Parts: sequence; C-alpha cells; structure tokens
Amino acid sequence: MSAIPEKRLIPDRLGTSATRLFGSWEALLFAVAVLIFIANSLASPYFLNAWNLSDATFNFTEKAMVAFAMALLIISGEIDLSVAAIIALASTAMGAAAQAGIGTPGLVAIGIGVGVGCGVVNGILVAGLRLPSIVVTIGTMSLFRGIAYIVLGDKAYGGYPASFAYFGQGYVFWVFSFELVLFAVLAILFAVLLHATNFGRRVHAIGNNEFAARFSGIRVERIKFTLFLLTGLMSGIAAVCLTSRLGSTRPSIAQGWELEIVTMVVLGGVSILGGAGTIGGVVIAAFVMGLVTFGLGLLNVPGIVMSIFIGLLLIVTITLPVIIRQFRHRKPA
Amino acid sequence: MIRQLFKFREMLLVIIIAILLAVFSVRSPGFAAPGNLANIFNDTSILIILALGQMTVILTKSIDLSVAANVAFTGMAVGMLNAAHPELPLVLIVIVALCIGAVLGAINGIFVWKLNIPSIVVTLGTLTIYRGMAFVLSGGAWVNAHQMTAPFLQTPRQLFLGLPILGWTAIVIVAVMYLVMSRTFLGRAIYASGGNPTAAVYAGIDVGRTRFFAFVISGTLAGLCGYLWVSRYAVAYVDIAAGFELDTVAACVIGGISTLGGIGSVAGAVLGALFLGVIKNALPVINISPFAQMAISGSVIIAAVIFNARQERRRGRIILRDRGASEQIEVAA
Repeated sequence: MSAIPEKRLIPDRLGTSATRLFGSWEALLFAVAVLIFIANSLASPYFLNAWNLSDATFNFTEKAMVAFAMALLIISGEIDLSVAAIIALASTAMGAAAQAGIGTPGLVAIGIGVGVGCGVVNGILVAGLRLPSIVVTIGTMSLFRGIAYIVLGDKAYGGYPASFAYFGQGYVFWVFSFELVLFAVLAILFAVLLHATNFGRRVHAIGNNEFAARFSGIRVERIKFTLFLLTGLMSGIAAVCLTSRLGSTRPSIAQGWELEIVTMVVLGGVSILGGAGTIGGVVIAAFVMGLVTFGLGLLNVPGIVMSIFIGLLLIVTITLPVIIRQFRHRKPA
Repeated sequence: MIRQLFKFREMLLVIIIAILLAVFSVRSPGFAAPGNLANIFNDTSILIILALGQMTVILTKSIDLSVAANVAFTGMAVGMLNAAHPELPLVLIVIVALCIGAVLGAINGIFVWKLNIPSIVVTLGTLTIYRGMAFVLSGGAWVNAHQMTAPFLQTPRQLFLGLPILGWTAIVIVAVMYLVMSRTFLGRAIYASGGNPTAAVYAGIDVGRTRFFAFVISGTLAGLCGYLWVSRYAVAYVDIAAGFELDTVAACVIGGISTLGGIGSVAGAVLGALFLGVIKNALPVINISPFAQMAISGSVIIAAVIFNARQERRRGRIILRDRGASEQIEVAA
C-alpha cells in the first residue's frame, strides 16, 4: 500500500545526546503541545482551570488506549481499521447484557471478551491466513459494525447499572479521572512492553524487515496474532470506558474513530511503513490532539471543522520532515 | 496462463451474479425482469464509476480513501453553484464538477508523487479535510430539490433506449476506462508501476508520476459522481456518500483487483460493483432488514480477500514457512 520505502540511513556516528534529544520527533511534538497549550490559554479565559483540563482529557483517553496497541501493530507493519467497529460491537454486547440484568463485573467481562474475540478473528485472518491487513480489517470493520446494526437497528440501549458509570465518569482522586489514571498505567505498560522487552524488540524487527526477522527465528505470525489480539483487548477496554461515560449505546458509537486513532499513532512519530516509533510519541500526540479539539471546542468551532484541523495536522506533521530532508539534500554539503 | 485465470475469475463472478439473480427471482418473480435489471444497473452506476477510479489507484499499489469525501465536496459545490446561478448551462456545471474532482485528486497525487508519502496516510488526511471543507463551504446548510434547476436534476433521469442517462454515463465511462487501461501508454504504466515498481523504473516509467495520474483519474471520476449523486438524490448535504469509499474498495476486492497492485481488470471492478448492487437491491425483496447490508458486505469482502489470496499466492515466495507457529495460533484460537 505504500510507496517505495525510503532508504534507512545508518549514520556513521550518533549525534551527541543533547542534539538527539532536542532533534527528536518527540521533542518537536512536545514543543507543539506546549505552543497549543499557550495559544489555548490566551485564546480562551476558560481554558486554564483544573476541572476544565480534566474534562479535556476525556477527548483522547479512550482513543489513546487503542492507539497504544495500534502503535505496536503499525510498527510491526500491519494496521487494524476495525477498532472503532470493535468498540461498537463490544458496546452493543454490553448493552444487550445490561438489558438482561447482568451486573457491572459481568458487563466489563463481556465488553473486554467481545473485544478480544474480534481481535482473534482479525489475527486469524491476517496472521493465520496471511491476508493483507488493510483489506481484511476494512471487511471486519463492516462486519463488526454491521452486526451491531443488525442487533440494534435504529434503536439504542440504555439502563446500565449505576455502578457501571464509574469507569467513564468516576474520579480516583481530585481531578484525576479513572480513565486518565488507566491511560497513564496503560501508557507505562505499553512503553515497557515495546521498549524494554524481547517482545518489543521483535515487533520492531518484524516491521523493519520481516524476512530477516523470520530468518532470525522470530515467530512472525505468532507475534502478529498477539498484536491483533492486544488491539482487540484495548478496543474492548475503550468500549467499556466509552459506554460507561455515555451511558447509552447506538450502533454508530465511535464512528470514524479508526481514522483518529491512526492519526494519533502517525502523529506520534510511528512510521506508517513500520519499523519505527515510540509510545512516548503517541502519548504526546494524544495530548496534542486532545488539546486541539478541546481548545477549538472552547472557541465554539464545530466538530467537523475540528476534523479539518486533525487532517491538516496529520498531513503537515508527515510532510514537514520530508520537505526538510529534501531541502537539506539539495544543498551541497 | 494468468490471462486464463482472469477469465476464470470474471466468468465466475458473472455466474455467481446470475445465480443470485435466479435465486432472488424465485422469491420474487419480477426481480430478473429486464426493467428491474436496468434499474439495478442504474442504481449501481455511481458505484461502478467510483470503483473504476479506485481500481486505477489500487493497480498502482496505492489506495484512495478520499473518494467519498471528494463526492461530498464536489456535489455540495455544484449543488450550491446551481442554486446560486440557475442560468448556467448543465454542461458547464459538469465541467466544473470534473475540474474540482480532478484538483482534489491531484492534491492527493502530488503528496504521493513529490513527497513520497504513503497514499493511505495522505488520503486518510484529505478524507477528513475534504468533507470538512464541504461543511465550511455550505455552513452546514442543505441544498434542497426546490433550489436546483430542472435540467440539473432531470438530465441523468432521461430515458434513452430504456436506460436512464445515468446508466449510459456509467457505460461510457466503462468503455473509456477499458480503452485507457488496455490501449494507452498510461494504462500499461499503471499496471507496470503496481506490478513491479523497480522493474517499471528500469523500463523508463516514472512510477510517482503514474500514481499522480491515477489519483487524478480517481478524483475526476469522483467529481463526476459528485454531480450524479446530488442530482440522483436531489439533495446536497455534508454527509452524502459517508463511508462510500469502503464500498468502492469492496467492489475492487470482490472484482479480483489485488491490493498489492498490478493485478485486476476493468471488467472485474464493474462486476464487483454489480455484485454489491444486486445484493443491495435484493435485500428488501427477500425481507432482510436493510441494517443487515453492512454485515453482509463485510462478510463478502472477507470471503473475496480469502479467495483472491488463494489465487494470487505465488509459490516459493515465503522461503521459511513457519508451520509450527501458525498451527499453534489456531490451537490458541
């Protein structure tokens, strides 16, 4: 699906740690986040308020949870466009279970279980049958959301137990919501998984050169399957949080999220060609996107116009480094 | 031998469509009557045209997810133009639609050609931007039937030899695309740059430029469909054709166009679109809720991908086939 992969440049010597730190994508992104933060606080008097900022985090926590797993998947060279549909199907299942009078622990188990189940389906199709993930997940995207439409049609599920509301509306302490804390914990878990374990190394290796990885004895299919399962699991968790926060389920729930989640991952510096990326970048990208949408919301900008900004953000952040690189190459050294 | 395989593939689709028609007409005797078949073809015309554009892009190893957003923007633009200036002749409006579509396609193409950015990222971004621009252009307002002129609305409905002009438009586009793909340098170049980009470069083909033109073709056809869509449904609003990009990809996949590029035919794309059209039109006849359509097309996509992969799989490409891993995955599942 991609253009001819660019040559991976291997520098003769690494830059000093300071220039590496400040020249990195994450540092650039962090600067952007700070700028947006300052711009927002100048543009709206309501921005700098602990509770407002806490509310703003709901804009991205659920998406970011899925984005962590998606980052691993994209680093390994695959993609999952069915995540939003998994959320919809998991939410529908929880809604149906709530109608049947199942309590909160059961609902959570069902939501996460459906997510894992959908991830397993994607994993079998991509890793087991070796099919291209873009097309497969476009198919499962229609399938999963289609099932939600068959079950719900134009109706909606509500009537979740009161204790179920905690996951999306509860606060652990002061302004730190359950979702924000869960987001932080998952960020640390995924950072460790990607950057400090064999598994993470292997994910990078597969994304860089699948053949070489296979020859090095890495079980490529098993790892890809695990990644799809993980993405399904995170979509299930996101579904629990989102359903709990909204308190109702429609089949159109989380519509279009797959694009926002992929945007978040790519904005976070993960190469869409695979093989490179960090969880730290995704975390900062989540904050950038959350701050942009929240700031624009405070300025009464309609949601669809916000999506223009998100789209521009995606294209500009990917284009800029390429343009800079081309510009540098043109100058004689 | 490969050509025989294609023939087999397209014949197979024709047979499947014929069987579907036969089954549905047992249920409802009028279904396969010539008048109704013309209706189905007319109803599928827009999908056929868009699928041909998508096919051109997929053949070059890219993907265009922005086609539906292009339809929405162009449709809104020509709808508003017609409402504001009813005196403009229809020919001019169609030319405007083609030009807007071509420009939007060219924007995608420039990013892919000059900056070498993966098409999925570019079109994911422009997908939200184009639809957002449709909102900015209209301010969220609708253009309703009474605001549009009679020639604008009625021309595609005029019957000519029992088929509306809309259907004839699709037939003309199919013929033109067939000639372009099989009889021109560009058509050869499109197949070559998807089938083996490296070999194409050695053969003197500018792969990036070919991709650019594929995106321009896709955009131009989407622009035409923008007008056709608005005149067919007699209303223009921001959300028209939402999610339709997936239907175009589905039509291509069902029609045997490989998402890895270089494999596929005009006949395949047309038959893939007709397959979806027959199913869509048959659901109400056999008393299946329209809500089930999404799940059905999802399942069909997955089945088609599995089927395609079996035909395309080249022996000896994966040297180390890790049987143990894939078996264990299936056990774990």
